[in-house]
Amino acid sequence: MTAAEPLPVAAPAPDVPVSHVDPFSVDVLTDPLPFQAALRDAGPVQYLAAHDLYAMGRYAEVRAALTDWQRFCSSAGVGLSNFRREEPWRPPSLLLEADPPHHDAPRRVLSAILGPRALRRWRDRWFAAAVEHVDALLGTGGGPVEVDGMTALAEAFPLRVFPDAVGIAREGREHLLPYGEYLFNAFGPHNELVAAGAVEAGEHAAWVNGQCTRATLAAEGFGADIWAAADRGDLTAEQAPLVVRSLLSAGVDTTVHGLGWVLHGMATHPDQWALYRSDDSRRRVCFDEAVRWGSPVQTFFRTAEVDVPVGDTVVPEGSKILLYLGSANHDPRHWDAPERFDLRRDPSGHVGFGFGLHQCVGQHVARLEADALLAALADRVERIEPAGEPVRRANNTMREWASLPLRLHPR
Amino acid sequence: MTSLVVTAKDVVADGVVALTLARPDGGRLPDWTPGAHVDLTLGSGETRQYSLCGDRWDPSSYRVAVLREPDGRGGSRYVHDVLAVGDPVELGGPRNHFPLVPAPRYRFVAGGIGVTPLLPMIAAAEVLGADWSLLYGGRRRASMAFLDELPAGHATVVPQDEAGLLPLASWLGTVDDDTVVYACGPAPLLAAVEALVPAARLRTERFTTTEIAAPVRDTPFTVELARSGTTVTVDASVSVLEAMRREGATTLSSCERGTCGTCETTVLAGVPDHRDQVLADHERAAGDCMLPCVSRAATDHLVLDL
Repeated sequence: MTAAEPLPVAAPAPDVPVSHVDPFSVDVLTDPLPFQAALRDAGPVQYLAAHDLYAMGRYAEVRAALTDWQRFCSSAGVGLSNFRREEPWRPPSLLLEADPPHHDAPRRVLSAILGPRALRRWRDRWFAAAVEHVDALLGTGGGPVEVDGMTALAEAFPLRVFPDAVGIAREGREHLLPYGEYLFNAFGPHNELVAAGAVEAGEHAAWVNGQCTRATLAAEGFGADIWAAADRGDLTAEQAPLVVRSLLSAGVDTTVHGLGWVLHGMATHPDQWALYRSDDSRRRVCFDEAVRWGSPVQTFFRTAEVDVPVGDTVVPEGSKILLYLGSANHDPRHWDAPERFDLRRDPSGHVGFGFGLHQCVGQHVARLEADALLAALADRVERIEPAGEPVRRANNTMREWASLPLRLHPR
Repeated sequence: MTSLVVTAKDVVADGVVALTLARPDGGRLPDWTPGAHVDLTLGSGETRQYSLCGDRWDPSSYRVAVLREPDGRGGSRYVHDVLAVGDPVELGGPRNHFPLVPAPRYRFVAGGIGVTPLLPMIAAAEVLGADWSLLYGGRRRASMAFLDELPAGHATVVPQDEAGLLPLASWLGTVDDDTVVYACGPAPLLAAVEALVPAARLRTERFTTTEIAAPVRDTPFTVELARSGTTVTVDASVSVLEAMRREGATTLSSCERGTCGTCETTVLAGVPDHRDQVLADHERAAGDCMLPCVSRAATDHLVLDL
């Protein structure tokens, strides 16, 4: 939507602060912190006239709303679109875009398959793959190596291990990243970012859907595990492919950009890289601190199931509410010096993975991928430094780097 | 450990009381799914498992129903005779070993107090738009709880003194591939259902009187963090996680309710008292890891790999 078009503005609830800024403009998407600060300072909730939308940006309210599935529902869509009035662009997710009791069985199945205990069988393989990956990148010259941290590390490593763990075909994996990029754009308004991706979205989605059938999945992997759950009757045969699709939708780009924020953090905070390398106890918090600090998933939406009192106002039933995860993760009311990437911090309780019933079911997978890659880098790389200006990419949901020029100094 | 209080105690049938439980501050309780149970540690010091049978759309209260068992170990007598509104109860869980799997059609079979885990399943089946029916047996109509909560037209109620034993075979008929049968009640009833329904189409929950593996202690214990050499004392007022934080030891955590698994920690020595919903029974038994956000110690001392 361009600024010149008159926007339909419904009457906001009384006593609610109103903002006319469009949080999905490219300026805000590529530099969201000033908007977030204004949102938090306006109060516990603000009305965003540009999209007839309520928004919460403070930690306490965002976390409470994420937890309160009874009043803030997901089945009407977790993007701006209201599925009660608009047709979703794809069949809704059985996890992300579902409420109890529909959500129960898919969540239960996936929690077990992606749980920390179940992941142990991948650990050694992923750590070995990371060593191989980093060794190949650094070569044998012994001198500094310049890479684009996004393509060479943040994208390449998850793509190296995750699709194999799901068990999808090798052919066509180039669809994964653009599919996720479009999916996360599509949670926002129908702006130019969505329009630009729409051309090829059907093709990417068709390929992804084709990967979810029993016949195409490998005999070992998360996909096979999901179909095994269907064989046990814990899912239906109709649900199984959609649950596999959830892995391919939510499991790639999110991890990629989480890794992007770790690498950017390390390149711009050399003391933190030194700390990571020297103090084992800081390794466990590293990826979560990056997820808090960068908040690769910035926003998710809910829909008010009933009139919900928030602060001095009432969010009316049926309203869309933007829960600004990135803002909550930078709320100085909760975090000490939130703008600092700091491994000495305890990032527990951040909402970068969401919170409550819908909290990222794949978080342990993402952590394991990050742990593997970072451990391999820590073994061989003394210093990570910027080798040029990093380039941002606007996305309606994700806070992303398109390119991170880095110089890796082997030890 | 989460402390709850009894906010209501109602006789819902002869020999059955329903307890309504809430946090003292009225705050939100952990989420649960139909078929879940909680561990309640009563004032008598004993821990018992009870199925949640309330409304999951009410985030601030739980309901359980307790049958007086004159021959039991005393837990039910305590609930019936001593426990009063306002009394504290310690909560473990909820956990679910009897989840509702998706199906177009459900046949629910309840024997007596076995109706309790089925009530939330019935509520779910209604929302899901599934075809469902209930066969509910008991000794006498007056001893059968929650008859007034069963949606009309779906339930066949069979008090034994009026109508004899449950007509299981004729009521179940042929169980097709679109149907899942859920049965909960005394062992002879479950055996009868098992003889009629293929295993793949049947889910059952037995009444068990086994206590949770580790005794719940309310005396302080110590937790040694092997890597940092710190030792912290954990008393009943705090979680292990919280006690470690107070001493400056950080462990990554997330839900802090024993559901997400983020804070899973390796146990090097001592016996954990598992209070989480993540670990499977064999993992609990192994005792080599725990979730310090909710789990505690069964021994005086725990050593963690932190």
